[in-house]
Amino acid sequence: MDLSYGEEYEVFRRELRDFLRGWPLTGAEAELPPEEQEQLFRKRGIEAGYVYRSIPAEYGGAGLESNAIFDRVIQEEYLASGAPGNKLDQGPGLLAPTLLEFGTEEQKRELIPPTLAGEMQWCQGYSEPGSGSDLASLQTTAKLEGDEWVLHGQKIWTSNAQNADMMFGLFRTEPDAGKHAGISYLLVPVKQPGVDVRPLKQITGSLEFNEVFFDGARAPAKNLVGKRGEGWTISRATLKHERNLIGNPRLMTGQFEVLLATARATQKNGRPAIEDPTVRARIAELECWVRACETTNLRMFSAQARGEELSVMLSMMMIKLFSTQVMDKIALAAYDLIGSEALLAPFAENDSIYDTSGTRAGVAHNYFFSLGPAIAGGASNIQRNIIGERGLGLPRDLRR
Amino acid sequence: MHFGLTEEQQLLQETVRGFASGECPPARLRELFDTGEGHDPALWKGLAEMGLTGLLLPEAHGGAGLGLLEQALVMEELGAAALPSPLLGHTLAGLAIALGGSDAQRARWLPALATGEKIAGIAVAEAEGWDPETWALRLEGGRLEGRKRFVPHARHADLLVAGVAGGGLAVVESGAAGLGVEDTPGVDLAHPLAELQFAGAAAEALAGDAGAAQRVRDAALVLLAADAFGAAWRLVSMTVDYAKQREQFGQPIAQFQAVKHELADMATAVEPSRALIWYAAHAFDALPDEAPRAAAVAKAHVCARACEVGRSAVELHGGIGFTWECDVQIWLKRALFDRAFFGTPEHQHARIAALADW
Repeated sequence: MDLSYGEEYEVFRRELRDFLRGWPLTGAEAELPPEEQEQLFRKRGIEAGYVYRSIPAEYGGAGLESNAIFDRVIQEEYLASGAPGNKLDQGPGLLAPTLLEFGTEEQKRELIPPTLAGEMQWCQGYSEPGSGSDLASLQTTAKLEGDEWVLHGQKIWTSNAQNADMMFGLFRTEPDAGKHAGISYLLVPVKQPGVDVRPLKQITGSLEFNEVFFDGARAPAKNLVGKRGEGWTISRATLKHERNLIGNPRLMTGQFEVLLATARATQKNGRPAIEDPTVRARIAELECWVRACETTNLRMFSAQARGEELSVMLSMMMIKLFSTQVMDKIALAAYDLIGSEALLAPFAENDSIYDTSGTRAGVAHNYFFSLGPAIAGGASNIQRNIIGERGLGLPRDLRR
Repeated sequence: MHFGLTEEQQLLQETVRGFASGECPPARLRELFDTGEGHDPALWKGLAEMGLTGLLLPEAHGGAGLGLLEQALVMEELGAAALPSPLLGHTLAGLAIALGGSDAQRARWLPALATGEKIAGIAVAEAEGWDPETWALRLEGGRLEGRKRFVPHARHADLLVAGVAGGGLAVVESGAAGLGVEDTPGVDLAHPLAELQFAGAAAEALAGDAGAAQRVRDAALVLLAADAFGAAWRLVSMTVDYAKQREQFGQPIAQFQAVKHELADMATAVEPSRALIWYAAHAFDALPDEAPRAAAVAKAHVCARACEVGRSAVELHGGIGFTWECDVQIWLKRALFDRAFFGTPEHQHARIAALADW
């Protein structure tokens, strides 16, 4: 056991902290619109080697060697400073790693740089009305006509489609092949006549979800990732990135901090609730869950950094299910803290993140928002199947 | 940066696992369990030969000089095997003397404990609880007055370390005049318990570090968590095995998602605890400021999870699970011992809150 990062990494951390003192911007730069300020500072981070660190320079990254410990130090320090660093939404978080693994040279050069820069927005087109957990039953078709794919069908629960320039998704291109073998991974322009994006109001009241209808929409033939019929395999890789994002303990520690803030801001028997022994005991119990998740993440990180991933395979299968269970508990505890006032809690105007205000509205938002991770990236019962079958060696379900 | 086990630590764990499965297979375990004796001299000799009776003790006194992490790995395997032995109390008593004794006291008692030639026990709980600040046993003029409860393996111990009023520790020889030992049947037959009555029994206060009792308590919490973790994984794996071979409705019951998902939940409740235990043990060895709280976190969480999976294990075994004959009870009862000994999860939650910076 050695929990220190070592001198090399501490020097790196000090240099990074110096760099991060450059945020927030000052002088004339502070007058720029917020988005431009973020872009500017992110660009400086790439040049300094802190942002998109291991993505090759020709694709818009810093082009440095991959190093899990540097990555972790960067993540820690950027989070602490609140400065804009790696973007983790669908494009940079899910598509870029997939293209790096499976894309053509042309796709990487054309698509990754604007994606990382935030100039090209992406959404993920997997689920369909009839294909949720049984994703491989999907029916939206793409047929190659000349040098274009022509698409018909519908995707659903598509986050960010209203802002997206492009969709990466799964389409049935080989109608005569088997269920899984008939699927290809395509990159489809969203803003075109054959695509209709209709918003769906979410349980939180926000409009982040969409339905996306394809009626003769087109995508260039070269927008196929991998080979025809390989879409299923490729999507599994993307899904791995998504589950890692959802299992990230930062989501949970952030939520736990909000619980503490709520307990400080809420009165119980005329005193701050955080002074109440019953409340304290419940928070202590929750902290045990949070620490279990954090230390397990530390263990997974350490094993991965040392190339010993096999030793933590079971934890990797579990971390999403485990995290979402813990987030459930924290959300409920926060909701209970505000007591009867919960009856009056309206929704916060907060789309896709945890509300850190500690207000009633924020607590209500988080209560509902925390339901999302249990479904996104594979519902909890799908995770249980994976843990049971691949982790514990239980016999497979009877499936068609 | 390495949050994981070294090859030596893995080897130690594998060695103990091999010993436990070889020397204490299910049939032997069942014999031992049913007697309620909780101790087998042959097994004890084997543990001693592997150096496990002095793992934590200083090399200068015949021990291996290893850390609590290594000891926790050993306890995990003993929990997984439900191996009956006085090693928990022996280890804590030895640690108490190593941390709290004077040089002369260490030299006098530790060598025979390190070799396992003598067995030590620990007497902690009183009516008011487990923690040093609650102890009322009086030590005056070298004589003990009072009583201790829930003392494991008191009948097997050659000497006992007892917590005394003011948070100190004292050593008493088990044959001392004025020491009464009354067996008090316990939940886990692998951990025979006794109540000790001290009526002027001769004892010697440990003369060294006054903080030793707190450290011993922290070590106990980590070791109990490790024992419970081993038991919990065993409960999961034996239930997995049963669900694979038990058929109903023409298929193994593990193929039904209701069963499969419950097993997945059991494993997911248990496996993340491993890192909590590693962290708490490492904190004890290297991060003293964090150690008391990390130990309480591990104890509270792991023991609660172990009992939950124990109940699920019984339920998934169906009717056979409710029988004495079924081995599931052995590990469930072990988990229950680990849960209550040195304070329940509820008690630890209160301590975690008291030690919190929030």
